[in-house]
Amino acid sequence: MTEITILCPTGHLGFTPLEKDSFLAGCELKPDFIIADSGSCDIGPYPLGADGQASPSAWQRHDLEVMLLAARRLGVPMIIGSASDTGTDRGVAQYVALIEEIAAEHGLAPFRMAAIESEITPADLRARLAAGTPVTGLDGRPEADDALLARTDRVVAVMDAEPIASALKQGADVVIAGRASDCALFAAPILNAGMTPATAYYAGKLMECASFCCEPFMGKESIFGRIREDDIRVTAMHPGQCCTPASLASHAMYERRDPFREYVVSGYVDMSECRYEQMGEKTTRASGARFVPSATPMVKLEGAGKVGERRLAVVGMRDPYMIQNIDKAIGWARARLAERFGAPEEAGWQVFYHLYGRDGVMGAMDPTAPTQPHEIGVVVETLCQDGKRGEEICALAARNLFYARLPEVKGTAGAAALMSDEVLIGKPGYEWTLNHVMPVKEAGEMFRTRFVAVDGAARRAA
Amino acid sequence: MMERRNMPTLRDLASTIRSKNAGVDHITFDIIFKERANFEKVRDAKVLSPSIVAVLLRIPPERVTDFVVFEPANAIKFTIRRERPSGSPGERDVFGSQQYAPLFDVEVP
Repeated sequence: MTEITILCPTGHLGFTPLEKDSFLAGCELKPDFIIADSGSCDIGPYPLGADGQASPSAWQRHDLEVMLLAARRLGVPMIIGSASDTGTDRGVAQYVALIEEIAAEHGLAPFRMAAIESEITPADLRARLAAGTPVTGLDGRPEADDALLARTDRVVAVMDAEPIASALKQGADVVIAGRASDCALFAAPILNAGMTPATAYYAGKLMECASFCCEPFMGKESIFGRIREDDIRVTAMHPGQCCTPASLASHAMYERRDPFREYVVSGYVDMSECRYEQMGEKTTRASGARFVPSATPMVKLEGAGKVGERRLAVVGMRDPYMIQNIDKAIGWARARLAERFGAPEEAGWQVFYHLYGRDGVMGAMDPTAPTQPHEIGVVVETLCQDGKRGEEICALAARNLFYARLPEVKGTAGAAALMSDEVLIGKPGYEWTLNHVMPVKEAGEMFRTRFVAVDGAARRAA
Repeated sequence: MMERRNMPTLRDLASTIRSKNAGVDHITFDIIFKERANFEKVRDAKVLSPSIVAVLLRIPPERVTDFVVFEPANAIKFTIRRERPSGSPGERDVFGSQQYAPLFDVEVP
């Protein structure tokens, strides 16, 4: 019976460095593939919109180096998806360059690398829209239109296993993929081995976050998967961790609305009838997934656009009268800002007062009955297209708390404590503009694959 | 303040209570029980439902988009639509990871 083994050392390559010991223990078992995802939407819209990265290059390099050296030593393919947090073309190029550098540094023998790009331009998307392709909103979002695309700076399409499986068939030893469904990275070699999409994508879903599917809770430790048709066995590689039916099943529902369905371009995995059984102390077996193909392949699009320049200030309050009347003080401050800069929506600026100590974390969702904290911390956040004007707005938004005119303030020398009288430059504000799907003719049509011959030995000699 | 009764709460019975982004537009909540008996007790007491969590989190019921009793994991799971997409200006919790605390005090008769 066909069997594939996969070693996964991390659920987000580079986000914090992977733990080497359990990874090397996994290498001892001679996996057929070494696979890790490197991206996430959890980091917010800024990295995609600004085409930056959320993780330090040094950590990304560390993880890639550990994995590449092991993969080349074992002579097995290595697959990385959603390169450099976002999976933009920049991320793919950065990881391709890192792999070449690491190969040269270690004088690695020649190997073949595939780079799969998944970025599309807002202009390309506009053209598809104009040609009548519907771009449908997910999660209750409205259909995309020109106005939405005008607010979008950068877009990636999310690939399923097809482009990766195809690169592997063409002899890729290393695959660096742009934005990809986490589970697709694992599904690709399993599909190539002739197993069903149900087994392939389900195995990927279970394995994509590495040790998060084991207990007790530990991040960045390796797990080892042994996959046969409808028989997925996941083993914890850390000596202190076990993969249990409870830990594996609870991971299947992690970070998702619906614990029973995992959507990819070509359909979805139905996990409603899945079963989990303990197989020895550290291993759990999962089975029972079904795959429901979609009538038309639907590719998911993620897009982000800039809202404005962000400025921040930090203010504290200790006067019980001020704390009790903080909403009035903020109301007064907002009114003064509007007098000077115009109504926010018309004049294009926004101010947020984050009240730490009251409801800074949960806002209106916080059910705690109002009590009076003895002090309160206020983070003032402002947004404005123009940074200079934004700085002015933020400074006034903070100082207006200092000068708040409330009838019974006794501390007339200053109604707030300024941590320092300065305005901090925040990262520009971005928003997720696209969380949409678009029909395509073929699952792979949005993605571009190129092959790179890497010869570390020659490069080191040169 | 409500009078303190000697009734166990979710904090006593569940081994994991967490919240986390589910995509960019939702936050999902997982209440997971190590002991099957505790899971069944909470499930059968019906102390959690879409309308109950909407009241608890002070959101309109239509913002509770999913509610599932997930037997294989001894878990109850629900998802709410965010006020605005994660990481937008004014964001309080980019990962949605600190929104679960109000669940701790839910009493289970």
